[in-house]
Amino acid sequence: MKDFIEIRWHGRGGQGAKTAALLFGDAALASGKYIQAFPEYGPERMGAPVTSFNRLSSKPISLHSAVTNPDVVVVLDPTLTDTVDVTEGMPEDGIIIINTEKAPEVIRKEMGLPDKMKVYTVDASAISKDTIGREIPNTPMLGALIKATGILDFNEMLKDTRKKLEKKFKSKPDIIEGNIKAIAHAYNEVKS
Amino acid sequence: MAEGNIVAKTGNEAMAEAMRQINPDVVAAYPITPATEVVQIFANFVADGLVDTEFVPVESEHSAMSACIGASAAGGRTMTGTSSQGLALMAEMLFIAAGLRLPIVMADVNRTLSGPLNIHCDHSDTMMVRDAGWIQIFSENAQEAYDNMIQAVRIAETAKLPAMITTDGFIISHGMEGINILDDQEVKKFVGEYKPEHYLLNFDKPLTVGALDLPDYYFEHKRQEIEAMKKAKAIILEVGKEFADKFGRSYELFEKYKLDDAECALIALGSTAGTIKAVVDSLRAEGLKVGLLKLRVFRPFPKDEIRDALKILKAIAVLDRSDAMNANEGPLCLEIKAALFDKCLNKILINYIYGLGGRDIKIAELKNIYSDLFDALNGKKIDSVNYVGVRE
Amino acid sequence: MSTDKKKKKLGWKELPECDLIIGGGTAKEFKTGDWRTKRPILLSDKCIHCMACWVYCPDAAVIVNDGKVIGFDYDLCKGCGICAHECPVKGKAIHMMPEKEAKTNDKK
Repeated sequence: MKDFIEIRWHGRGGQGAKTAALLFGDAALASGKYIQAFPEYGPERMGAPVTSFNRLSSKPISLHSAVTNPDVVVVLDPTLTDTVDVTEGMPEDGIIIINTEKAPEVIRKEMGLPDKMKVYTVDASAISKDTIGREIPNTPMLGALIKATGILDFNEMLKDTRKKLEKKFKSKPDIIEGNIKAIAHAYNEVKS
Repeated sequence: MAEGNIVAKTGNEAMAEAMRQINPDVVAAYPITPATEVVQIFANFVADGLVDTEFVPVESEHSAMSACIGASAAGGRTMTGTSSQGLALMAEMLFIAAGLRLPIVMADVNRTLSGPLNIHCDHSDTMMVRDAGWIQIFSENAQEAYDNMIQAVRIAETAKLPAMITTDGFIISHGMEGINILDDQEVKKFVGEYKPEHYLLNFDKPLTVGALDLPDYYFEHKRQEIEAMKKAKAIILEVGKEFADKFGRSYELFEKYKLDDAECALIALGSTAGTIKAVVDSLRAEGLKVGLLKLRVFRPFPKDEIRDALKILKAIAVLDRSDAMNANEGPLCLEIKAALFDKCLNKILINYIYGLGGRDIKIAELKNIYSDLFDALNGKKIDSVNYVGVRE
Repeated sequence: MSTDKKKKKLGWKELPECDLIIGGGTAKEFKTGDWRTKRPILLSDKCIHCMACWVYCPDAAVIVNDGKVIGFDYDLCKGCGICAHECPVKGKAIHMMPEKEAKTNDKK
């Protein structure tokens, strides 16, 4: 991976695109990276297309403009690809990770993605239903993102996320285990 | 990675964390986007018993500042937070806080003023109250917001002037970055105990605050306030130096970024200065002698120091994230021009109004500004005021 | 601040900062007697020492000693006449006299 990467998350209001960016940024920080995580703010509307962003680097990041040319794009909701240009500003050889049960080559064809683009898919919705019991695709997508980019050490990230979940869900061990399982499943099941 | 206790925090979380460590006597506030979180998180600290603060929820920002004035006059270390329309509603009381020389510290998250209705970043709110008698310190990122809040307590109490620490709304307030958090005890030691000389709750020494001050005395008191603002410059430098000595992060009136051998430079406030640093690095790699003056302290305005810093430059662009609605330059550019008027007029000075209502400023746009400056040096005519990123 | 013309007004370097008035009971130093156009005169033989004037006086200008009204502090009295108005004695124990006349009497 490059020394400086920019990630854009696509989701719908309420799906946790902002939380995913914050969680990922936090985990990257714990692994010694300089990070930024920020959402794009508009009116808060459940279901409306939303984006959030990460910057990661081994050097301090002073840049505070918007992310317009992301190296990596993560799509939490496959239905977004019909209405939003999720590849906008991406380089031809960028990485796109989509939550869908379809195979990467099917998606590549459907969306007309360039040959050089690295396309990954994972059924994060199904994984979250199996492991957490609810359709919350954002945490499994963290696992898929790490597998696809290799940007963080997976075991370190898992440890850090567990610590954070333990703080937040002290009295709900099921939620902690479910989320950890979801991340691990997605890490193992993501297809390219 | 930097040393110390690095944690991921948004600008708002960072400012609230500083407030927890400062542990003020009184916080009175009313919520407003994008500053709400600062006092909301702080209210949680109060509810959880992590601070000894008396938290006063009020029904408006006018009341928030009024309560702060009362609390500060009573002798309490007092803080608040607001933004935009909230700051506008406080405006009347801001002058009173400053005129009564009360060292209130405010977290001010920069947001434009409506209308049209907009909740995003520009500096119109802070600029609107630039003549209110408050020390105004801008922060480039969450780390600076945190550090500035801690320093502001000392600055305000020594200068006997209120101080507002600003961050850029959403860009910094809601953006998460890794920041170095100081030890609670270290902050406690740094800010010390607030010991005002005169205060209303000192029953042994009764006092009248805010008496009618007619033409025969008002001017003298204002002259004292002006003097306090003049002296604040040295206090800000002193506190910044002590902070740097203790914690390793250096703060002055402004930051010179690759400026000392530059031909062309930009002057900017807040988060944009960070983006400009990245642009300077990339243009320097191409061999261009470019630099940046990041202004940290807007009030008091470090006129002489800025003039000295700009002496060697040939062309300067001043970036204003607000307009003075005077049909001319923006507020920052006017101050810079006034600073240069005394001794160094032989420069190209161009104003760029940008980023109103949260409009993003892009790397390419900043690069264009630098190339405008080089073009101007080569004799090309460039308008004295330009509007960047607006659709024609 | 005092309306005393003889008192030198302090400059900004000498004045206490912040428009603070330090100390309690400072209203006593603010002489308002020269606002007066009529002054209250106590008719001691009629006064029943009920203290109504002392209660109503907005400037604490009624001088009382040992439970008896003995006169008025003319440095503070603005001559509002509330004391005379509130005096319950038939025919009034306080008479409001024009300043000009009072001053002529003083000279005699």
